Amino acid sequence: MVLNNIEKLIEKYNNAETTLAEETQLRDYFTGSDVAPHLEHYKPMFVYFSQAQQEQYTKDVPLKPKRTKMYQWISVAAVTVLMLGLIIPQILGPSKEEIRQKELAMETYNKTMEALSLVSIGMNEGKEQLNSLTLVSDNLNQGLEEASRLTEFSKATNRIFKNK
Amino acid sequence: MKQADFVSLVMPFKDKVFRLAKRLLVSREEAEDATQEILLKLWKNKEKIEDYKNVEAFSMTMTKNFCLDRLKSKQAQNLKIVHSNYTDNNASLQKQVEAKDSVDWVSRIMEDLPEQQKIIVQLRDIEQYDFAEIAKMLDMNETAVRVNLSRARKTIREKLTNTHRHGIK
Repeated sequence: MVLNNIEKLIEKYNNAETTLAEETQLRDYFTGSDVAPHLEHYKPMFVYFSQAQQEQYTKDVPLKPKRTKMYQWISVAAVTVLMLGLIIPQILGPSKEEIRQKELAMETYNKTMEALSLVSIGMNEGKEQLNSLTLVSDNLNQGLEEASRLTEFSKATNRIFKNK
Repeated sequence: MKQADFVSLVMPFKDKVFRLAKRLLVSREEAEDATQEILLKLWKNKEKIEDYKNVEAFSMTMTKNFCLDRLKSKQAQNLKIVHSNYTDNNASLQKQVEAKDSVDWVSRIMEDLPEQQKIIVQLRDIEQYDFAEIAKMLDMNETAVRVNLSRARKTIREKLTNTHRHGIK
């Protein structure tokens, strides 16, 4: 009964008219232990098919994320930004704000210089007054010289007194 | 689509891709390279993958085309023929050797089939796709698939019967 069925299925199988379920049935029959002798030669075929099904792909596939490319471009972008940052101010020249600030700085500088020159004038006046002091010291020195002459004169008078 | 999503999408059919590649390219190394190539191609186009209804069928078509191209190209001129080791059956040594030989013989018979038939037998008898799917993958109509399959099966049977009866290898 089973054998009859299998024979029919084999016939259909060879004409490629079997369904997947029927093929599974055949496969089960031929991979089993009791196969009718006159159908024995089909056995290797089905054994092979079910063995071939077991084979597996074991190699690893290196799946690199796409991000690596992005990183390369990020560095390029960074360099471009840096270069633009350096070049653009030179091309455009100083901005209005900068000019205004420079003028302000110049003004402050001038004012400071003025104030400083006023101070220096005062200093010079002070120096002139110091000149009169040197004059006084000169007079003092002259006075001292005359005083030393006086001491010599007194020495001389003392000798005269001793000789007497 | 992240790597984990991709792996879980590809996982179920990567072995099928590999087996089809091996059927066509024979050498295990060649088939591994081809599979890797296919998977990398899928990975590169992972944004587009989501639009496909049947990624598996698409991948099988891709594999078929890739392997056929490979066979045509000069690169594959010196293909090695490597037979894989088959698992043991629970039988006596005599039977075991005999069975192994016969099973081995099937794979050799399949190597001699025309490429189209090889692919169809692989997809139908080993991977168990239904005819509609195979027809779609190979861009053929179902009748043509059936005719080719029938021819291939009959060729295998005849060659096997001869071997079996006469013991000629």
